[in-house]
Order: sequence, then structure tokens, then C-alpha cells
Amino acid sequence: MATDGRSGGQAVERSSAGEATAGPPVRPPAVIGKALRKVDAVAKVTGRTRFADDLSLPRMLYCRLLRSPHPHAEIARVDVSRALVADGVRAVITGRDLPIPFGILPVSQDEHALCPDRVRFVGDPVAAVAATSEEAATAALDLVAVDYRVLPAIASPAEAVATPEPRIHDYGDDGNLHKLIDLEFGTVDEGFAQADAVREDLFFFGGNTHLPMEQHAALAEWSPDGKLTIWSSTQTPHYLHRALAKVLELPPARIRVVATPNGGGFGGKSDPFNHEIVVAKLAMMTGRPVKITLTREEVFYCHRGRHPTLMWVRTGVKRDGAITAMHFKSLLDGGGYGSYGVASTYYTGALQTVTYQVPRYRFQGARAFTNKPPCGPKRGHGTPQPRFALEVQIDKLAEQLGLDPAEMRLRHLQPPNGVTANWLRIGSMGLGPCIERVVAGSDWKSRFRQLPEGRGLGLACSSYISGAGLPIYWNNMPHSGVQLKCDRGGGVTVFCGSTEIGQGSDSVLAYIVAEVLGLDPFDVTVVTADTDLTPVDLGSYSSRVTLMTGNAALQAAERAREVITAAVARKLQLPTPRIVFAAGRVFDTQAPDAGMSFAEAVQLAEAAGGTVGTVGSYTPPRSPGRYRGAGVGPSPAYSYSACVAEVTVDPATGIVAVPKVWIAHDIGRSINAAAVMGQVEGSIYMGLGEALMEEMVHRDHERRLVHKWPSLLEYKSPTTLEMCDVVTYLVEDPDPNGPFGAKEVGQGPLLPVMPAVANAVYDAVGVRVDEVPITPEKVLRALKRKAKGEDPRVGPAGFPDIRWPEPTRVPTPWEGGDGKALGQTTKSETTTAKVRPERQH
Amino acid sequence: MTDPKAVIALTVNGEPVEVAFAPHKTLLEVLREDLGLTGTKHGCELGECGTCAVLVDGKPVLSCLVLGLTCAGRQVRTVEGMVRDGQLHPLQAAFADLGAAQCGYCTPGFLLTAEALLATDPAPTRERIKEALAGNLCRCTGYLKIYEAVELAAARMRGEDAEPAPETLYGN
Ligand code: FES
Ligand code: FES
Repeated sequence: MATDGRSGGQAVERSSAGEATAGPPVRPPAVIGKALRKVDAVAKVTGRTRFADDLSLPRMLYCRLLRSPHPHAEIARVDVSRALVADGVRAVITGRDLPIPFGILPVSQDEHALCPDRVRFVGDPVAAVAATSEEAATAALDLVAVDYRVLPAIASPAEAVATPEPRIHDYGDDGNLHKLIDLEFGTVDEGFAQADAVREDLFFFGGNTHLPMEQHAALAEWSPDGKLTIWSSTQTPHYLHRALAKVLELPPARIRVVATPNGGGFGGKSDPFNHEIVVAKLAMMTGRPVKITLTREEVFYCHRGRHPTLMWVRTGVKRDGAITAMHFKSLLDGGGYGSYGVASTYYTGALQTVTYQVPRYRFQGARAFTNKPPCGPKRGHGTPQPRFALEVQIDKLAEQLGLDPAEMRLRHLQPPNGVTANWLRIGSMGLGPCIERVVAGSDWKSRFRQLPEGRGLGLACSSYISGAGLPIYWNNMPHSGVQLKCDRGGGVTVFCGSTEIGQGSDSVLAYIVAEVLGLDPFDVTVVTADTDLTPVDLGSYSSRVTLMTGNAALQAAERAREVITAAVARKLQLPTPRIVFAAGRVFDTQAPDAGMSFAEAVQLAEAAGGTVGTVGSYTPPRSPGRYRGAGVGPSPAYSYSACVAEVTVDPATGIVAVPKVWIAHDIGRSINAAAVMGQVEGSIYMGLGEALMEEMVHRDHERRLVHKWPSLLEYKSPTTLEMCDVVTYLVEDPDPNGPFGAKEVGQGPLLPVMPAVANAVYDAVGVRVDEVPITPEKVLRALKRKAKGEDPRVGPAGFPDIRWPEPTRVPTPWEGGDGKALGQTTKSETTTAKVRPERQH
Repeated sequence: MTDPKAVIALTVNGEPVEVAFAPHKTLLEVLREDLGLTGTKHGCELGECGTCAVLVDGKPVLSCLVLGLTCAGRQVRTVEGMVRDGQLHPLQAAFADLGAAQCGYCTPGFLLTAEALLATDPAPTRERIKEALAGNLCRCTGYLKIYEAVELAAARMRGEDAEPAPETLYGN
């Protein structure tokens, strides 16, 4: 392989299925599915990629935030007078300067850029300083005097349930419960009555954080002509654009948001953040560029990570393992603000139905406000927790029924092209082949329950969405847009609002356009994530980008191909179906020598009809669910994964090691096989960290609720020494909704790792740790219980009594339902968006 | 409040430079802020993540823990110095080919640490690679593509005509 920067067209090739590309004439794909370099690979390996903190502008000021030392307090007084006159200080602002609230969800506009009257967690920002150096800004923070009236703090969801007053926020469904959901699809009691066995289990999933290697950074510039520009490490420039317009009361047309390539996101850079709004405001006030780079400690306070979640699951099964009913309860620890929490709560109940057939299903979910950093979306958003509970419970059920857990799952798979009890429409469904691949690869049949004491195998499966069916704020516009420009020189530029966070979104655009137009992807220039230049894409979250921007790019490229085809066909005097684009040429499929270079073809088209530019956009199909809450869960396509983990457990120390994982992922179709492999391996890695060690812990000594480990050293994450070997199988069953059949890969393969490890620990030493992370201390405790003849289990003991609302009863498709709740009027059919009916703030 | 600046002479990526900076600055800050070499990244500035690794006299150091002043007269190598005559270093090429750089933020630190490893051990075992890179955190890749890239580059640097294994790129 060449080692220069332009060898993108070269790669180790493997014969591919020869699937037809979109549109005539048919030729085998030249780009799709190949393991090509990413279009930004060379910039990344040479250090030329400009991350947000790499930017600086002349006369730039540096910003630092003063953060609350109290988990819950009223702000009685803030005095900035001494800070204002300190050396190098150019501006100091407080909550009074930014009084308008914001938040990612329309129903949770509960954040302020700087707290005006109340702080809700240790680390909540109260004041901001802009100074000529970072040192001067930091020094000035000590000169800001804040008087707090300390309030009682709420440390856990159980306390939030027990303490409705005083409230952390003056909104929410009940006291300190932010959100309460009760949905019933079919009558679960009927299903439990028909079951041969019913199990109830409790599980707890500890909170953890994204820990992107890049600390969040933002740089804002104000021009006296009234225009604000901000460069930020955000996964969602479009939502930041909206939040800035709202809080700063500027017309969106005067705000330009540029999302710099993110040095890792994983969901942690998906909210509009206080620091972004603060630097924008400071730039407007001082007329100078202002930059902030969070310290690692501050990144832990931004958080928005995995919600700690307590779960209760009741499942009824027939003797053959067929599920007759499932009742699932979750209680999420939301931290101090709403963030994505309403969606996260729905997600803890949304995808239980998409892997195995669940004919009757009830979900009750609650999210509590607590005085800790806010939780939000982390890789898998709200679904890893219930997936852990479900897959461990199925392992227990299989044992109880005397069934092989792989076999039990295989027998009861959700069929493809079906609708689930909660009205999710499933398209392609490759979980069966995934299970078969990992079972064969791991030699499951001869090793499960047969390894020597201390070694074990565990299996688990999962599914994830390829983008959400609805946008975060109600609108009926496309979720993704692409503009495409063909240059006379033969280059093509693709403009799209999507944000590169390392997942390869820029490359996906280039590959798809190159495939359709028969070009080398390195002849395609990609311009992304700039609200001045690029059409809106909603952002790099919910694994939506490949499917949605891919489809938009496909449409734009096909339209360009049509325009160029028409001009070339006229020139060659051929019918248009004879014109083919390949290897940088446009020619007669029956006489390949008759044709021209792509550049000449563009020139013909330009001469005939003017500048060659097209657009493409993508809107997900409408989901059949019409009940309130039906907005969370629908997706154009679901990915599936199966995983077998092998563990060793040291009975003396309780240390669990994972030497190897087998993972099969139903990708639909790889756009770039190497990039897919990278996403799978990275997911296994992150799942391993969640399974074994990663945990947000707060000291609640005297209600201080201080983060115990806001450092990269003490927040344990896997190093090279802990990472396991991974054997990956890609299952390709193209989904009709995906571009070239592609589905998501960035999040799904993480999900089965935690339950597979937990199930393997049981196989190894016969103890159940029904809690994540599975730390040595918990394993030892369980082993001790086992030795004493007690229930060999460590995990939660109860689920608090919650005043649930009246359940929304939704008949299932097989009960003749129409997707609506009982008693629901036709009018609300138009208000099924997850946020629209609740937009009261 | 402004300290008098210190001026030192050192060699950066093979070229002698003189640089003036506030004497409390770390090598990381001097590189990024005073020499404009932003290829070197930071993830903690506390010596915990390896993101800021550069080579000083051929040895990997965490530039966030090294005072700039102590680098007078030393040879410093950063990611910007790895491209030679417009060509990628074999490590860079292998990282690019295998997707060992996803977000790319940890990549400069890994590249330089790996380069130092290969300078002392041109044919490292997988275990040796893991040990050498154990101080560098990567949140994206799960490290596997990084090991494979180091192995591929090592083989190519030994003059072998190495290609990545198909299962590395396409799965099993
Ligand atoms: S920035 Fe130097 S080790 Fe993290
Ligand atoms: S590639 Fe993103 S942290 Fe390593």
C-alpha cells in the first residue's frame, strides 16, 4: 500500500456481494464496502486537524468559569467589583447578564449559562471572567465574592422520591421527579397468567461518563457589524445555533456556528453548554475573541453521561422460553438538570421489544432530579441499562428452564419487517446470524457451563436505532441536508451540516458521492458543520449520521448524475440509460471508449444548463405509533449485535479479567469496512470499561456531593493492559432504508458487552452481580455469600414506591390496535412528537 | 503580573529555534502557544493521559509535566516533524490505512510513543507494544487498530512487504 497522502483509492480488497448501486446502470461498487482511508486520516495523523483549542485569534481573551462549591444553594449575592479591576481582566459576568434559560429539549429549558439565583450541583457555574491570559482569568475567579444560602441536597433518586419538597426545579411531573411514564401495550396480567414461569429481578446500572480525550473548548468572535461566530467542540452545531439565538436574543442569521472536529464525543458534547454561551456573550461585550478550554475536572462537571438506573423486571415465559409478557420499571438518577433526560427515560423502556418477541409489554419509567452533575446521552442513550437487565434476566430464565441461552434467544427472535407491541416498525433483522456467528466462533456449545471453575463464557444480544424517527424540537423539515457542487476541473464539493466526531461522517459523504459519480473519494471535498455554509444536519447523535446524511448525499449525487448524464447523452447521441460513471470517466456502457473524463462531462453539463449544483435531503419514514410517548424508539432501521465474552475470575481478589470477546454486528451494509471494524472495537472497549470499572462516584459526606474522582487517573478506564482481544463478524443484510443498505454501528455493539460479562462471571464462579460495574469488591462479596450458603447475588434489594400516573393503554398490533392509546382522540394524532404535546416551557 | 520571559535555544523537529516564554510554562504550552505547534494535544495537563507525549532526546515524555526551561539545548520531536519530504512516516501511513486514528486526538501521542518503541525494538511483540503504549489513553479505537498499525509499520520499516490482514479490515 502506498504511504503517500492520496492513496485513498487503494486498499486491501475482498470480493464483495456485488450489490447494485442506486440507479442504473448496474455496476459493482467501486468504493462502498472497501476499507479505504478516511478522508481526514492524513490530517489526523499529521496533527493538522484543527480542534477547537488549537484555534487562536489576534487579541484573544481567555475565559474561566467560577463554579459552585455547594451541591444545592441559593445565591444571595455576587460581588464582582474586585475581579473587574484585577490585572488583565476585561470583563466579568454573572447570571444577571444572561437571564434567558435554555436546554436541549423544548420541554426542559431549565439551564442558565450562569446560575442567576440557585446552584444545583457542585460545579454549576456562577460567574465568568475574560482576561488577557488564562492565569489572569483564573486569579480573578478568587476575587469574585459569592454568598450562598445552602439548601438541603438530594443525593439519590430514592431520596428524591421520599423528598418531594423542597424541589430542585419548579417544574416536573411530581415533586423532585422530573418525568413519570406509564405505558401498557396489551394487558400484561393476561400474559403473566399464561406463563409457565415468571421471574422478577432487580438490577442497577451505575453512572459513567464519556471521557472524551479532548476537553470541551469554544472560541467566539464578535464583529461590530453585528455578527457572532463561534467555533466549538460540539456534536450538535444546529442545536447550539438555536440556543445561542435564544439566549443572546440575536437573529440566527447573524450567528455562525462552526463545529470543529470533536476529539471524541460519545454523546458528551451534544447539549448546548453554558461555556459556549458565556464566551459568545463575553466576545459581544469586549469586542474581542474569547476562548475557553475546560479543565479535565470541569469536563466531569459538564458530564451528561450515563444515567445511574435502578431497574425492576418481571417477565413471564412459556417452557420453551417464549416471552408471554414483560413489565419493566426504571428509575433514573438525572442529576441537576433536564438535559436529554425525558428522552433518556423513554429510551430505558423503548427497545426491550425489538430483539425477542414480547407480545405484551408495560413500561414505567421515572427520572429524578438530584444535586449532581446532569446526566444525558452517552453512547447507547438510555438503552444499555435496560439491555443489561434484560439480557441477564434471560440468562437466568434460560437456566431456570433448562435451555441453552443462545438457543432460547434464537427461537424467539423478533421477525424482520414486523411491528412490535409498542409500535416500532422493524425492517431488516440480522440477530439470528449474529448469534450463530458468535456461538460458532467462541465454541459456545462445547464450552458454556463446561469451563473449569474461575473461567466462564457469557452471551448477550442487543439492538440500536440508526437515528431517531423524530427531531428534538417539533418540525416537519428534513433531518439532514446536503448540497453538492461539481467543479469544471472535475472536483466535487459536498456541503453538509454533519459533525465529524471521529466516527467517519465526513468520509461517509465522500464515499457515497464518489460511488455514485464514479470518482475517487479523494477527489471529493467535504465541507461540514458550519451553519453559514452547510445545510442543516441535526447532529452527531443517536447513530443517525450514516443513514441520514448518507441518504441525503445519495439523493444529491444522483441528481447531479442525472444532470450530467443528460448532457453527455446528448453529446454522444445515446439514450441516457447507456451512460455510466466509473473510474473518473463518463462513458457508454456498451462502448467504454466512447466517453469523456468526469471533468469534461461536468463542463458539458455546465455549458448546457449552468452551474452544476444539486441538493439532497432526508426525512425518516413516519412511525406507526400514535400514542403520547411514541416519539422515542422509532428509527428508519435497527442494528443488531450478539456478543460472547470470556472471563476469568480470581476468587482471591474478585478481579474479573476479560481475555476475549466475540462480537457479530448486523451492519446492513458497510460503507467503509475498516471504519465499521473500528466502531465495533471501540464499542467493545467502552462497554468493557462500563462492565468492569467506569463509575461516577460522589462523596455524600455531609451532603457535599462532591465528585470523588474528577480526574483521568482516578476515573478508571481501560488501558492497553485491560483491553481484550476482539473477534468481529460483520453480518451484512442490506436494509432498504439505509444508503446502500447501511445501518448504524457506532453505539449498538457496546450494548451487549456488560450483560455478556455479567453472564460470564456467573458461568465462571456461580455468582450473580446484578450491578454494573462489576468491581472486584462486589464479586468478592458475592463469593462470600455463596460460601456461606446464602443467595450468591449482589445487587439492589428493592424499588421505591412511586406514585405512577394512570397508565396509557395502547392496544398492540395483534389486538387490532391502530397505534393510538385507548381513549385518544384523533386530534392528538398530529401531536405524537416526543416533545410537542409537552411543550410548556 | 507579567514575569520577564525566559529565552532558550533548542532543536525542534531537527531545526534550531529560539523561543521566549513565561518561565513557568510547560513544554506543552511552549510548543502549542509560543511555537504554534498545535499538533501536540492535551487531555488532562496532569500527566494522566499520554495525549501530550513528545520525544525529548528520543525518549517519550509527557510534555505537560516538563518545564519548557529544562528543554534548553535538547532535541524535541513532535508530530509535525514526522512527515519527511512530503511523505508520511510509516507509522502515520499505517495509522491512516487501518483507521487507528478515529477522532485523532490521542494520535500524535501514540505515534511518538510508538516511534520511540520502534527505535529500540524494531520487531516488538504484541505484549511489548501494549506495555509501551499503556500510558496513552484512547477512547475511540479500543487500541486494537493501534497495535495492528504499529505492527504493520514496524514490518514495513524492516523492509518487509507487509499488508494488513483482511480480517483486520473486514472482520472474520
Ligand atoms: S495532557 Fe499530559 S498526560 Fe494528559
Ligand atoms: S482516536 Fe479518539 S481518543 Fe484515540
